Amino acid sequence: MSTTTVANHEEHHDHPTGIMRWLTTTNHKDIGTMYLTFSLVMFLVGGSMILGIRAELFKPGLQLMNPDFFNQLIGVHALIMIFAALMPAATGFANWMLPLQIGAPDMALPRLNNWGFWLLPPSAILLTLPFTLALFGIGDGALATGWTFYPPLSIQGGIGVDFAIFAIHLLGISSVLGSINIIVTLFNMRAPGMTLMKMPMFAWGWLITAFLLIATIPVLAGAVTMLLTDRHFGTHFFNAAGGGDPIMFQHLFWFFGHPEVYILLLPVWGFIPQILQTFSRKPMYGYKAQVYSLWAIGALAVVVWAHHFFTAGMPVPALLYFMYSTMAISLPLAVLFFCWIKTMWKGSMTFETPMLFAVGWIILFGIGGLTGLVLADVAADAQYHNSYFVVAHFHYTLFAGGIMGIMAGVYYWLPKMTGNMYDEKLGKWHFWLTAISFNLTFIPQFFVGLAGMPRRIPDYALQFAEFNMISSISAFALGLSQLLFVYVIIKCVKGGKKATDKVWEGAEGLEWTLSSPPPYHSFTEQPIVK
Amino acid sequence: MQVLKKIGLGLAAMLTSLNAFADYSWNFPEPVTPMALDTLHVHNKFMLITMVIFVVVLAIMIYSIFSHRKSKGYKPVADKAPSTVIEIFWVLVPFVILLLIDFVIMGIPAYHSVVMMEDTRDKATMVIKVTGSQWRWQYEYLDGDAQGIKFVSNLTTTADQQHNAADKGENYLLEVDNHLVLPVGEKVRILMTASDVLHNWWVPQFGSSRVAVPGFIRETWVQVDKAGTYRGQCKELCGKGHGYMPVVVDAVPMDEYKVWVAAKKAEIAKAGEIKEMTKEDLVAQGKAVYEKNCAVCHQVNGAGLPPAFPAMTGSKIALGPVFGADGKYLKDGHLDRLLNGKGVMPAWKSTLNDTEIAAVITYERQALGNSASVDPIIQPAQVQAARQ
Repeated sequence: MSTTTVANHEEHHDHPTGIMRWLTTTNHKDIGTMYLTFSLVMFLVGGSMILGIRAELFKPGLQLMNPDFFNQLIGVHALIMIFAALMPAATGFANWMLPLQIGAPDMALPRLNNWGFWLLPPSAILLTLPFTLALFGIGDGALATGWTFYPPLSIQGGIGVDFAIFAIHLLGISSVLGSINIIVTLFNMRAPGMTLMKMPMFAWGWLITAFLLIATIPVLAGAVTMLLTDRHFGTHFFNAAGGGDPIMFQHLFWFFGHPEVYILLLPVWGFIPQILQTFSRKPMYGYKAQVYSLWAIGALAVVVWAHHFFTAGMPVPALLYFMYSTMAISLPLAVLFFCWIKTMWKGSMTFETPMLFAVGWIILFGIGGLTGLVLADVAADAQYHNSYFVVAHFHYTLFAGGIMGIMAGVYYWLPKMTGNMYDEKLGKWHFWLTAISFNLTFIPQFFVGLAGMPRRIPDYALQFAEFNMISSISAFALGLSQLLFVYVIIKCVKGGKKATDKVWEGAEGLEWTLSSPPPYHSFTEQPIVK
Repeated sequence: MQVLKKIGLGLAAMLTSLNAFADYSWNFPEPVTPMALDTLHVHNKFMLITMVIFVVVLAIMIYSIFSHRKSKGYKPVADKAPSTVIEIFWVLVPFVILLLIDFVIMGIPAYHSVVMMEDTRDKATMVIKVTGSQWRWQYEYLDGDAQGIKFVSNLTTTADQQHNAADKGENYLLEVDNHLVLPVGEKVRILMTASDVLHNWWVPQFGSSRVAVPGFIRETWVQVDKAGTYRGQCKELCGKGHGYMPVVVDAVPMDEYKVWVAAKKAEIAKAGEIKEMTKEDLVAQGKAVYEKNCAVCHQVNGAGLPPAFPAMTGSKIALGPVFGADGKYLKDGHLDRLLNGKGVMPAWKSTLNDTEIAAVITYERQALGNSASVDPIIQPAQVQAARQ
């Protein structure tokens, strides 16, 4: 690794200003900021869609929308939250923090980085444009098949399906580009002395995520392309009448879809231990065990996909294989949970907002994990599958495990990024409001699912009414609490108490050796890691 | 801490509910088949185990959160990784516990449940075929006395109830015109398929759930051990009517079942008779067929929901000719579209009988503002001839 490439970057720049700065930037912090801002905006867009759904489900009967529009909202909500809110948030952190954490001046492939981001806004527009077109009488609205695109329903669907397919293509290219960039950066630009087994855990989480993305995104792209040719060019991949099989799509989709869950979570599993060690003032416990567990989860992720459709019909040996391999995921997760809690154990803990989110995250993600273990049981899955029990389960993993993890990261790194401390009191309010309203939204959904309410129905039988009403009211509280989050971020960006370089008393790592905010080109001199 | 308390309360409620078999609203509904009973046991056992793990881990965390605080002056210890044998032992404990749960405590019973669930043929005394269509279920009895019985089961909840213009009935959205009738205590093998998109035939109290795949036969079985009426729903997103295709099953003692079979057979034979009908009879019957099957998309008044679901009023197809000069039905004509479908429009040839098809075409040509159409009246015999 070269240590001689450093020049004084501060002088020979004339940055474009205004919009051109953001369109043409190749700086990892600018691009990271754009990813995070995009993610926050789309989080609010996807959130308002689901509030429309919860308002409709507030009581039995059709109040606000017709069933077709209802189906469009649920599918687009999921696609936006997964592809346009959670994934870009993780990529935003990767852009901002990976070079700082490994002592690099920037990402390895800055132009690719710029392109990777600028593919996102067009794909978000593609996803949501059919809603607007429908207002003008063009087409019949957005994708109405749920985010899973299952044929033959998606073959029947209108132009919304085509728009979503192209959006998936663009999002996929963006993710693969980002992944290549991260792998190249981590393999080539680490500070001298930083061996792979000395990399920060966040870098490990992202490295495995990047490999998973490169392995699975092309399969999804292929599957939706086959769908496109079935729709328009007379192929029969998923049509039994032409020798195809609709269930083959589910295999292809979930070969991507299950690893996708870990793609969303691995970066979070990376930085949560860093937050825990900072606020416990004690080194991370079992670094090696955590790294090996992350690898184990990455490997298991690509061999368990069919547990998403046990009820579609499979031979008994296949059912048993997918059941037992899915249960095996709990083993590395048990090691991770142990290490997280052991990092806190006998530390000297304080509970600033990032730590509150991290601890709340362990508990709530634990519920998501344990209910996932139950779902692996084929016999019981026949009851859980496609009921509200599953909806509650995956919101515990993806909202609590994903989004609340991201929020912990935002509060943890915001002072470093902006140079200002956020409002601690409001941050704590945000945590408690989010955690409480989240639980009140989704605990009732476990019960209503067990009682037999299927997901994705616009109207329901009277016996489900009470739980749905509680869930809807809480969902609005959850949604409104996020406005506080936006306010705290804006307030922090605009000013506030100046942050020190180290920001947190117990912070360890290269990113805390730079000023807050860090200079435009991170490390002008490569640090040496002992 | 409020949130922990709240979760604690929620979990306590869940825990107590596990034993409170009298009140099923916090758990699965009362099981009435061997499979549902088995599923409930698996679920309860699993829930209990995961709840114990959760509470123990949470207790350890809460202890740590309150004791190992900076504000209490607690000094951090510096352990980075297990070093002594006893520490390595503690690291392996959670791993081994989960290994045991996964592959012994839950793994072994799960194996037996799967084998039981998938054994659809042993001791099955009858076979029925269930076909999912947008948005109704069709049932066909394939063997025994009931062989040949075939009917469609449609939602009967009125549009007024759905749009809050009328009070909702007790079985809102879970009521149909023709119930599936099964004898109590008999193992029934169910063959499952679909005519358009994926559906999933699900009655929570039966514990069986299987996706109906167009072009393929999937199978499952039920053995209802308690007489009663059981209600469920489609649980695979199948389009805009997904929430409106319930499953209703009557489980009755064998002697009652035999009476029902005889009556149903007679009823079907009578309905299948082809006879010349008056315009008024056709329109009256056609109105009923239309409102039951077509109004979901084309609307009761024929306005449709364009562009996905075209208006019936003023439609070229409904106004244009049905038969060509050679006496055969025209391609892309009214009868062709109804029999064979196109795109989102389902094919009705195996769902409606000749009389029903003749009636609904006549209705669409007489009412809904289409009285000026060519070929104003279609007779059942013409449909019967067209099918050949």
